[in-house]
Amino acid sequence: MPVQDFEQLFQDKIDNEVKIEPKDWMPEAYRKTNIRQISQHAHSEIVGMLPEGNWISRAPSLKRKAILLAKVQDEAGHGLYLYSAAETLGMSREEMINDLHSGKAKYSSIFNYPTLTWADIGAIGWLVDGAAIMNQVMLTRTSYGPYARAMVRICKEESFHQRQGFEILLVLSRGTAAQKIMCQDAINRWWWPALMMFGPKDSESTNSDQSMKWKIKRKTNDELRQNFVDMIAEQIKTLGMKLPDDQLKWNAERKHYDFGEINWDEFWQVVKGNGPCNKQRLEARRKAWENGEWVREAAAAYAQKRADRQKDKAA
Amino acid sequence: MTNYLIDYTLHLADNALILGQRNAEWCGHGPVLEQDIAITNISLDLVGQARNFYQYAAELIHQSVDKSTHPATEDSLAYLRTEREFKNCLLVEQPNTDWAQTILRQFFFSNYQFLLYQELQKNNDTQLAAIAEKSLKEVTYHLRWSSEWVIRLGDGTAESHQRMLQAIDELWRYTGEIFTAADYEEEAGVDPSLFQPQWLNKVKEVFDEATLPVPEKTFMQSGGKTGTHTEHLGFILTELQYIQRAYPDSQW
Ligand SMILES: [Fe+2]
Ligand SMILES: [Fe+2]
Ligand SMILES: [Fe+2]
Repeated sequence: MPVQDFEQLFQDKIDNEVKIEPKDWMPEAYRKTNIRQISQHAHSEIVGMLPEGNWISRAPSLKRKAILLAKVQDEAGHGLYLYSAAETLGMSREEMINDLHSGKAKYSSIFNYPTLTWADIGAIGWLVDGAAIMNQVMLTRTSYGPYARAMVRICKEESFHQRQGFEILLVLSRGTAAQKIMCQDAINRWWWPALMMFGPKDSESTNSDQSMKWKIKRKTNDELRQNFVDMIAEQIKTLGMKLPDDQLKWNAERKHYDFGEINWDEFWQVVKGNGPCNKQRLEARRKAWENGEWVREAAAAYAQKRADRQKDKAA
Repeated sequence: MTNYLIDYTLHLADNALILGQRNAEWCGHGPVLEQDIAITNISLDLVGQARNFYQYAAELIHQSVDKSTHPATEDSLAYLRTEREFKNCLLVEQPNTDWAQTILRQFFFSNYQFLLYQELQKNNDTQLAAIAEKSLKEVTYHLRWSSEWVIRLGDGTAESHQRMLQAIDELWRYTGEIFTAADYEEEAGVDPSLFQPQWLNKVKEVFDEATLPVPEKTFMQSGGKTGTHTEHLGFILTELQYIQRAYPDSQW
């Protein structure tokens, strides 16, 4: 069959909502785009453990400590499913990790911001996991089967994280004067970076058209961002706090909230590696990997010895 | 009257909390993702056990002192006692240093906790017995997991073997204290010296498979159970208690 026919067949499947599976024929660019996106997503889960893990030792109550430990552990689990999903496309976890460490692969820029107070843990759960959910709910219907299925599991946990984050802030918002200030300050610092999580504007986004055609993405960056703003603008009323945007206003005609302009300079600076924590995050991951090398080697050597002994016994 | 029981319950709680706190330092920094998850999971189990014991200790304190004083809670007990009041064994406060020391610390402790909880299940105090029974499944897993890692590292590469020897050299001296009963343990009717031989048998069995030597009798450090700790504990508590100390009388 000529390649055009394969491509037609492939596009027909996508148009008919049939999932693409690992052994199916797929255009090389589709494979590459999925590897890039899924591995980037996996890296984000793993790097995302760092800013929150930062507060485990200092969590303000035993209950909060337990919840935070469980949350960060969930994120590690998400990383694991996602690496497995990406591996079905023919790249090993180790290769992906090397690409992260060399700077070749990216992860979500949001994790390059520091967690300065306990309220940041609430703000991350509410805003960052909240923004992630917008994207991930869409991805439960993405065209690549293993990615879509991983997302179904992950989404359940993410919405739990978002509620827990909101609840942290709710308690602070009803607490002492110092706690209220802490709460508002965290919202002020995390709001704009959370909006940036949806990526460049549609008019500037390079990969969007093809991804939409292949149904890797099903909503544009701007649509998702708008949905997020609409959701948070309502939820924040319960907290009695403010979003740091003078232009935020309900638009009855559009039936959406209008909002101000994102600082795109900052966005691109962080993408380029100049965010407040880019350097520390990557160093922490590299260090964990390097310090773990002898452990991985020992585990492999022991597994090999065992296998050899088994063989000797059998012989 | 029930003072010894309060102290004993706090001792059990402190052991679990401090080791949970130590293990949590690995979260996000583990040698491989699966083990990052495993050690975090153990940490979570231990924090859970600590909470059960602290809640019970708070209840006991309520029964024993006059109600007008500040009410004890799981959090006041974990966050507002000082380093001289903590009753955990020295072993659990020792630093992570590397994966070998973390594994060995866990193995020594889980081996002990497994035997202890089996005993405690039969204790006259039904609350302690219930917590022990509930936790035993977790501890069984911790013991299996850490035993497997001791073997893997001991019988892995030359480097991992060497690191295990180093870990034994660091930690063996903290294993004696575990089996020397403090007053409150005796009064609670749990004498850990009774199951020291079983503990040692397990060590021998696992070390043997790991091709590691069991140390000869050496001098044993002690003091943790009665509040005389190594210098590490103060720093652990500084971090652990920071928010509650900085923002007193707040809800979180
Ligand atoms: Fe996430
Ligand atoms: Fe996640
Ligand atoms: Fe999450």
